[in-house]
Amino acid sequence: MTTNTLSNVLVTTDWVAQHATDAGVRVVEVDVDTTAYDQGHVPGAAGWNWTTQLCDTVVRDIVPAKKLEELLGKSGIDNKTTIVLYGDNNNWFAAWAFWQLKIYGHDDVRIMDGGRKKWLAEGRDLSTDAPSFPSTRYQAGAPDLSLRAFLPEVQAAVAGKKASLVDVRSPQEFTGEILAPPGLPETCQRGGHIPGAKSIPWGKNCNEDGTFKSFDDLKALYAAQGISGDQPVIAYCRIGERSSLTWFVMKHLLGFRNVKNYDGSWTEWGNLVGAAVEKP
Amino acid sequence: MKPEEYTRRQQELSGWPITIETYKLGDVYHCTIANVDPGARFARADGTTREEAEARAIEKATRYLAQTRKFEV
Repeated sequence: MTTNTLSNVLVTTDWVAQHATDAGVRVVEVDVDTTAYDQGHVPGAAGWNWTTQLCDTVVRDIVPAKKLEELLGKSGIDNKTTIVLYGDNNNWFAAWAFWQLKIYGHDDVRIMDGGRKKWLAEGRDLSTDAPSFPSTRYQAGAPDLSLRAFLPEVQAAVAGKKASLVDVRSPQEFTGEILAPPGLPETCQRGGHIPGAKSIPWGKNCNEDGTFKSFDDLKALYAAQGISGDQPVIAYCRIGERSSLTWFVMKHLLGFRNVKNYDGSWTEWGNLVGAAVEKP
Repeated sequence: MKPEEYTRRQQELSGWPITIETYKLGDVYHCTIANVDPGARFARADGTTREEAEARAIEKATRYLAQTRKFEV
Protein backbone atom coordinates (compact mmCIF):
# COMPACT_ATOMS: atom_id res chain seq x y z
CA MET A 1 0.00 0.00 0.00
CA THR A 2 2.03 2.91 -1.21
CA THR A 3 -0.27 5.53 -2.69
CA ASN A 4 -1.52 8.59 -0.86
CA THR A 5 -5.07 7.55 -1.53
CA LEU A 6 -4.55 4.43 0.51
CA SER A 7 -2.57 5.88 3.37
CA ASN A 8 -5.23 8.48 4.04
CA VAL A 9 -7.88 5.96 4.94
CA LEU A 10 -6.07 2.87 6.22
CA VAL A 11 -4.07 2.30 9.37
CA THR A 12 -2.17 -0.79 10.36
CA THR A 13 -2.67 -2.87 13.47
CA ASP A 14 0.72 -1.61 14.64
CA TRP A 15 -0.48 1.97 14.34
CA VAL A 16 -3.60 1.19 16.34
CA ALA A 17 -1.58 -0.56 19.04
CA GLN A 18 0.47 2.62 19.43
CA HIS A 19 -2.23 5.26 19.05
CA ALA A 20 -5.55 3.75 20.12
CA THR A 21 -5.87 5.94 23.19
CA ASP A 22 -4.24 9.10 21.83
CA ALA A 23 -6.11 12.36 22.29
CA GLY A 24 -8.06 13.09 19.15
CA VAL A 25 -8.27 9.43 18.14
CA ARG A 26 -11.21 7.13 18.75
CA VAL A 27 -11.10 3.47 17.79
CA VAL A 28 -14.50 1.89 17.22
CA GLU A 29 -15.37 -1.77 16.64
CA VAL A 30 -18.38 -2.57 14.45
CA ASP A 31 -19.12 -6.26 13.86
CA VAL A 32 -21.56 -8.38 11.92
CA ASP A 33 -21.74 -10.53 15.04
CA THR A 34 -22.87 -7.91 17.50
CA THR A 35 -21.60 -9.94 20.46
CA ALA A 36 -18.00 -10.07 19.21
CA TYR A 37 -17.06 -6.83 20.98
CA ASP A 38 -17.87 -8.46 24.30
CA GLN A 39 -15.50 -11.34 23.51
CA GLY A 40 -12.60 -8.92 23.69
CA HIS A 41 -11.80 -5.77 21.76
CA VAL A 42 -8.96 -3.34 21.19
CA PRO A 43 -8.34 -1.73 24.60
CA GLY A 44 -10.03 1.66 24.69
CA ALA A 45 -12.23 0.96 21.68
CA ALA A 46 -15.89 1.87 21.64
CA GLY A 47 -18.35 -0.68 20.28
CA TRP A 48 -21.23 0.18 17.96
CA ASN A 49 -24.13 -2.13 17.19
CA TRP A 50 -25.11 -1.91 13.54
CA THR A 51 -28.56 -3.37 14.12
CA THR A 52 -29.60 -0.68 16.60
CA GLN A 53 -27.17 2.23 16.39
CA LEU A 54 -26.22 2.52 12.73
CA CYS A 55 -29.67 2.45 11.21
CA ASP A 56 -33.15 3.80 11.61
CA THR A 57 -34.89 1.08 13.58
CA VAL A 58 -38.38 2.05 12.41
CA VAL A 59 -38.03 2.92 8.73
CA ARG A 60 -35.52 0.95 6.68
CA ASP A 61 -32.86 3.60 6.31
CA ILE A 62 -29.38 4.61 7.36
CA VAL A 63 -28.89 6.20 10.74
CA PRO A 64 -30.71 9.54 11.04
CA ALA A 65 -28.44 12.54 11.56
CA LYS A 66 -29.67 13.28 15.08
CA LYS A 67 -29.16 9.70 16.18
CA LEU A 68 -25.66 9.68 14.72
CA GLU A 69 -24.86 12.92 16.53
CA GLU A 70 -25.94 11.34 19.82
CA LEU A 71 -23.92 8.19 19.17
CA LEU A 72 -20.78 10.10 18.31
CA GLY A 73 -21.30 12.46 21.23
CA LYS A 74 -21.57 9.52 23.65
CA SER A 75 -18.46 8.02 22.09
CA GLY A 76 -16.48 11.14 22.85
CA ILE A 77 -16.12 12.01 19.19
CA ASP A 78 -16.19 15.54 17.87
CA ASN A 79 -15.97 16.78 14.31
CA LYS A 80 -12.18 16.79 14.36
CA THR A 81 -11.65 13.34 15.86
CA THR A 82 -9.77 10.73 13.86
CA ILE A 83 -12.16 7.77 13.86
CA VAL A 84 -10.54 4.39 13.30
CA LEU A 85 -13.01 1.62 12.50
CA TYR A 86 -12.46 -2.10 12.54
CA GLY A 87 -14.57 -5.22 12.81
CA ASP A 88 -15.11 -8.86 11.99
CA ASN A 89 -15.62 -10.37 8.54
CA ASN A 90 -12.72 -8.35 7.15
CA ASN A 91 -14.35 -5.09 8.15
CA TRP A 92 -17.78 -5.49 6.53
CA PHE A 93 -19.61 -3.32 9.01
CA ALA A 94 -16.61 -1.14 9.70
CA ALA A 95 -16.96 -0.17 6.06
CA TRP A 96 -20.71 0.28 6.57
CA ALA A 97 -19.98 2.74 9.39
CA PHE A 98 -17.29 4.42 7.28
CA TRP A 99 -19.76 4.91 4.42
CA GLN A 100 -22.37 6.47 6.72
CA LEU A 101 -19.83 8.74 8.41
CA LYS A 102 -18.76 9.97 4.97
CA ILE A 103 -22.39 10.55 4.00
CA TYR A 104 -22.67 12.83 7.03
CA GLY A 105 -19.40 14.53 6.20
CA HIS A 106 -16.95 13.34 8.84
CA ASP A 107 -13.55 14.26 7.54
CA ASP A 108 -11.06 11.89 9.13
CA VAL A 109 -12.28 8.31 9.13
CA ARG A 110 -9.97 5.35 8.67
CA ILE A 111 -10.17 1.59 8.69
CA MET A 112 -7.76 -0.71 10.50
CA ASP A 113 -6.41 -2.89 7.72
CA GLY A 114 -7.07 -6.55 8.48
CA GLY A 115 -9.74 -5.81 11.04
CA ARG A 116 -10.51 -7.95 14.02
CA LYS A 117 -9.17 -11.08 12.36
CA LYS A 118 -5.65 -9.72 11.99
CA TRP A 119 -5.63 -8.20 15.47
CA LEU A 120 -6.57 -11.58 16.96
CA ALA A 121 -4.19 -13.58 14.79
CA GLU A 122 -1.34 -11.35 15.90
CA GLY A 123 -2.14 -12.11 19.55
CA ARG A 124 -2.55 -8.45 20.45
CA ASP A 125 -4.10 -7.19 23.68
CA LEU A 126 -7.83 -7.51 24.13
CA SER A 127 -10.04 -5.92 26.75
CA THR A 128 -13.53 -6.85 27.90
CA ASP A 129 -14.03 -3.51 29.64
CA ALA A 130 -16.51 -1.12 28.07
CA PRO A 131 -14.78 2.26 28.27
CA SER A 132 -16.70 5.44 29.04
CA PHE A 133 -15.92 8.70 27.30
CA PRO A 134 -16.54 12.33 28.16
CA SER A 135 -19.54 13.46 26.15
CA THR A 136 -18.95 15.74 23.22
CA ARG A 137 -21.16 17.75 20.93
CA TYR A 138 -21.18 16.49 17.36
CA GLN A 139 -22.67 18.28 14.38
CA ALA A 140 -23.48 16.06 11.41
CA GLY A 141 -23.28 17.59 7.95
CA ALA A 142 -26.03 17.54 5.36
CA PRO A 143 -26.16 14.03 3.88
CA ASP A 144 -24.03 13.60 0.78
CA LEU A 145 -26.32 11.50 -1.35
CA SER A 146 -23.77 11.30 -4.14
CA LEU A 147 -22.46 8.30 -2.19
CA ARG A 148 -25.76 6.46 -2.06
CA ALA A 149 -27.95 4.93 -4.76
CA PHE A 150 -31.70 4.52 -4.40
CA LEU A 151 -33.93 2.18 -6.38
CA PRO A 152 -34.96 4.63 -9.15
CA GLU A 153 -31.33 5.32 -9.95
CA VAL A 154 -30.58 1.61 -10.15
CA GLN A 155 -33.59 1.06 -12.39
CA ALA A 156 -32.37 3.89 -14.61
CA ALA A 157 -28.91 2.35 -14.69
CA VAL A 158 -30.38 -0.96 -15.85
CA ALA A 159 -32.50 0.72 -18.50
CA GLY A 160 -29.98 3.22 -19.79
CA LYS A 161 -26.72 1.40 -19.07
CA LYS A 162 -25.25 4.71 -17.92
CA ALA A 163 -23.74 3.20 -14.78
CA SER A 164 -21.98 -0.09 -14.16
CA LEU A 165 -23.53 -2.34 -11.56
CA VAL A 166 -21.22 -4.43 -9.40
CA ASP A 167 -22.72 -7.37 -7.52
CA VAL A 168 -20.36 -8.18 -4.65
CA ARG A 169 -22.19 -11.24 -3.31
CA SER A 170 -20.84 -14.76 -3.62
CA PRO A 171 -21.06 -16.50 -7.01
CA GLN A 172 -23.78 -18.78 -5.63
CA GLU A 173 -25.90 -15.81 -4.62
CA PHE A 174 -25.22 -14.13 -7.96
CA THR A 175 -26.50 -17.12 -9.92
CA GLY A 176 -29.48 -17.62 -7.64
CA GLU A 177 -28.37 -21.02 -6.39
CA ILE A 178 -28.80 -19.70 -2.86
CA LEU A 179 -30.79 -16.73 -1.56
CA ALA A 180 -28.48 -15.77 1.30
CA PRO A 181 -25.02 -16.68 2.58
CA PRO A 182 -24.97 -20.21 4.04
CA GLY A 183 -26.25 -20.22 7.62
CA LEU A 184 -27.94 -16.82 7.37
CA PRO A 185 -31.69 -16.25 7.00
CA GLU A 186 -33.15 -15.97 3.53
CA THR A 187 -34.43 -12.44 3.13
CA CYS A 188 -35.64 -12.30 -0.47
CA GLN A 189 -38.23 -13.95 -2.63
CA ARG A 190 -36.14 -14.54 -5.74
CA GLY A 191 -32.56 -15.47 -6.52
CA GLY A 192 -30.31 -14.13 -9.23
CA HIS A 193 -28.93 -10.69 -9.93
CA ILE A 194 -29.83 -7.30 -11.34
CA PRO A 195 -29.69 -7.45 -15.14
CA GLY A 196 -26.31 -6.42 -16.49
CA ALA A 197 -24.49 -6.55 -13.16
CA LYS A 198 -20.89 -7.75 -13.06
CA SER A 199 -19.95 -10.29 -10.41
CA ILE A 200 -16.96 -9.17 -8.36
CA PRO A 201 -17.30 -10.87 -4.95
CA TRP A 202 -16.23 -8.62 -2.10
CA GLY A 203 -13.74 -11.21 -0.81
CA LYS A 204 -11.55 -10.68 -3.85
CA ASN A 205 -10.62 -7.30 -2.39
CA CYS A 206 -8.83 -8.92 0.53
CA ASN A 207 -5.81 -11.01 1.30
CA GLU A 208 -6.03 -14.11 3.48
CA ASP A 209 -5.02 -12.13 6.58
CA GLY A 210 -7.92 -9.74 6.06
CA THR A 211 -5.87 -6.83 4.73
CA PHE A 212 -6.77 -5.16 1.47
CA LYS A 213 -4.94 -6.18 -1.66
CA SER A 214 -2.45 -3.84 -3.25
CA PHE A 215 -3.53 -0.93 -5.41
CA ASP A 216 -2.29 -2.69 -8.55
CA ASP A 217 -4.09 -5.93 -7.73
CA LEU A 218 -7.32 -4.11 -6.97
CA LYS A 219 -7.09 -2.05 -10.13
CA ALA A 220 -6.57 -5.21 -12.18
CA LEU A 221 -9.46 -6.96 -10.44
CA TYR A 222 -11.95 -4.29 -11.46
CA ALA A 223 -10.41 -3.61 -14.86
CA ALA A 224 -10.87 -7.28 -15.73
CA GLN A 225 -14.63 -6.70 -15.48
CA GLY A 226 -14.50 -3.41 -17.35
CA ILE A 227 -14.72 -1.25 -14.24
CA SER A 228 -12.10 1.45 -14.49
CA GLY A 229 -13.76 4.43 -12.83
CA ASP A 230 -14.41 6.18 -16.14
CA GLN A 231 -18.15 5.91 -15.70
CA PRO A 232 -20.46 5.82 -12.66
CA VAL A 233 -20.49 2.62 -10.63
CA ILE A 234 -23.14 1.30 -8.28
CA ALA A 235 -22.24 -1.53 -5.90
CA TYR A 236 -24.78 -3.76 -4.21
CA CYS A 237 -24.98 -6.96 -2.17
CA ARG A 238 -27.80 -8.30 0.00
CA ILE A 239 -28.31 -5.56 2.60
CA GLY A 240 -25.61 -3.06 1.68
CA GLU A 241 -22.78 -3.85 4.08
CA ARG A 242 -20.57 -6.00 1.84
CA SER A 243 -21.10 -3.48 -0.91
CA SER A 244 -20.03 -0.67 1.40
CA LEU A 245 -16.68 -2.46 1.63
CA THR A 246 -16.47 -2.62 -2.16
CA TRP A 247 -17.60 1.02 -2.30
CA PHE A 248 -14.73 1.84 0.09
CA VAL A 249 -12.27 0.03 -2.15
CA MET A 250 -13.40 1.70 -5.36
CA LYS A 251 -13.90 5.17 -3.89
CA HIS A 252 -11.05 5.44 -1.42
CA LEU A 253 -8.44 2.87 -2.38
CA LEU A 254 -8.75 3.11 -6.14
CA GLY A 255 -9.91 6.72 -6.23
CA PHE A 256 -12.92 6.25 -8.54
CA ARG A 257 -14.86 9.49 -8.46
CA ASN A 258 -18.44 8.42 -9.02
CA VAL A 259 -19.21 5.36 -6.89
CA LYS A 260 -22.41 4.72 -5.01
CA ASN A 261 -23.53 2.08 -2.60
CA TYR A 262 -27.04 0.74 -3.23
CA ASP A 263 -27.95 -0.26 0.32
CA GLY A 264 -31.41 -1.41 -0.72
CA SER A 265 -29.46 -4.14 -2.49
CA TRP A 266 -30.85 -7.59 -3.17
CA THR A 267 -33.28 -7.51 -0.25
CA GLU A 268 -35.00 -4.69 -2.11
CA TRP A 269 -34.56 -5.74 -5.74
CA GLY A 270 -35.14 -9.45 -5.09
CA ASN A 271 -38.43 -8.70 -3.39
CA LEU A 272 -39.81 -6.22 -5.93
CA VAL A 273 -42.90 -7.36 -7.77
CA GLY A 274 -42.21 -7.38 -11.46
CA ALA A 275 -38.50 -6.50 -11.27
CA ALA A 276 -36.36 -8.12 -13.94
CA VAL A 277 -33.95 -10.74 -12.63
CA GLU A 278 -31.06 -12.23 -14.54
CA LYS A 279 -29.94 -15.83 -13.97
CA PRO A 280 -27.45 -17.34 -13.75
CA MET B 1 -5.21 -9.62 28.35
CA LYS B 2 -3.88 -11.35 25.32
CA PRO B 3 -5.81 -14.00 23.41
CA GLU B 4 -4.24 -17.41 23.83
CA GLU B 5 -4.34 -20.64 21.85
CA TYR B 6 -5.68 -18.87 18.75
CA THR B 7 -6.54 -21.28 15.95
CA ARG B 8 -8.29 -20.90 12.64
CA ARG B 9 -9.12 -23.82 10.36
CA GLN B 10 -11.39 -24.75 7.51
CA GLN B 11 -13.56 -27.83 7.29
CA GLU B 12 -16.82 -28.95 5.74
CA LEU B 13 -20.08 -28.97 7.68
CA SER B 14 -23.35 -30.21 6.17
CA GLY B 15 -21.81 -29.86 2.75
CA TRP B 16 -20.67 -26.27 3.24
CA PRO B 17 -17.10 -25.12 3.72
CA ILE B 18 -16.76 -23.26 7.00
CA THR B 19 -14.04 -21.58 9.02
CA ILE B 20 -13.73 -22.24 12.75
CA GLU B 21 -11.90 -19.64 14.80
CA THR B 22 -11.22 -20.26 18.49
CA TYR B 23 -9.23 -18.45 21.16
CA LYS B 24 -9.04 -18.27 24.92
CA LEU B 25 -9.44 -14.98 26.74
CA GLY B 26 -9.05 -15.23 30.49
CA ASP B 27 -10.79 -18.43 31.50
CA VAL B 28 -13.21 -18.52 28.57
CA TYR B 29 -12.82 -20.13 25.18
CA HIS B 30 -14.59 -18.24 22.39
CA CYS B 31 -15.47 -20.01 19.15
CA THR B 32 -16.97 -18.44 16.04
CA ILE B 33 -17.95 -20.12 12.80
CA ALA B 34 -18.10 -18.40 9.42
CA ASN B 35 -19.07 -19.62 6.00
CA VAL B 36 -16.07 -19.59 3.69
CA ASP B 37 -17.95 -17.82 0.94
CA PRO B 38 -18.83 -15.03 1.54
CA GLY B 39 -17.05 -15.25 4.89
CA ALA B 40 -19.82 -14.26 7.26
CA ARG B 41 -19.77 -15.27 10.92
CA PHE B 42 -23.05 -16.95 11.64
CA ALA B 43 -22.58 -19.04 14.79
CA ARG B 44 -20.63 -18.58 17.98
CA ALA B 45 -20.40 -20.11 21.43
CA ASP B 46 -18.29 -19.96 24.56
CA GLY B 47 -17.03 -22.76 26.80
CA THR B 48 -14.65 -23.62 29.58
CA THR B 49 -12.66 -25.80 27.19
CA ARG B 50 -11.88 -25.54 23.50
CA GLU B 51 -13.84 -28.71 22.81
CA GLU B 52 -16.90 -27.44 24.61
CA ALA B 53 -16.90 -24.06 22.86
CA GLU B 54 -16.39 -25.62 19.41
CA ALA B 55 -18.98 -28.36 19.94
CA ARG B 56 -21.59 -25.78 20.92
CA ALA B 57 -20.76 -23.52 17.99
CA ILE B 58 -20.82 -26.44 15.54
CA GLU B 59 -24.19 -27.56 16.88
CA LYS B 60 -25.62 -24.10 16.22
CA ALA B 61 -23.95 -23.85 12.83
CA THR B 62 -25.38 -27.22 11.79
CA ARG B 63 -28.84 -26.03 12.71
CA TYR B 64 -28.50 -22.78 10.78
CA LEU B 65 -26.98 -24.42 7.71
CA ALA B 66 -29.88 -26.86 7.54
CA GLN B 67 -32.11 -23.89 6.72
CA THR B 68 -30.08 -22.87 3.68
CA ARG B 69 -31.76 -24.10 0.52
CA LYS B 70 -30.11 -24.71 -2.82
CA PHE B 71 -31.94 -23.99 -6.04
CA GLU B 72 -31.23 -25.32 -9.50
CA VAL B 73 -29.82 -22.72 -11.85
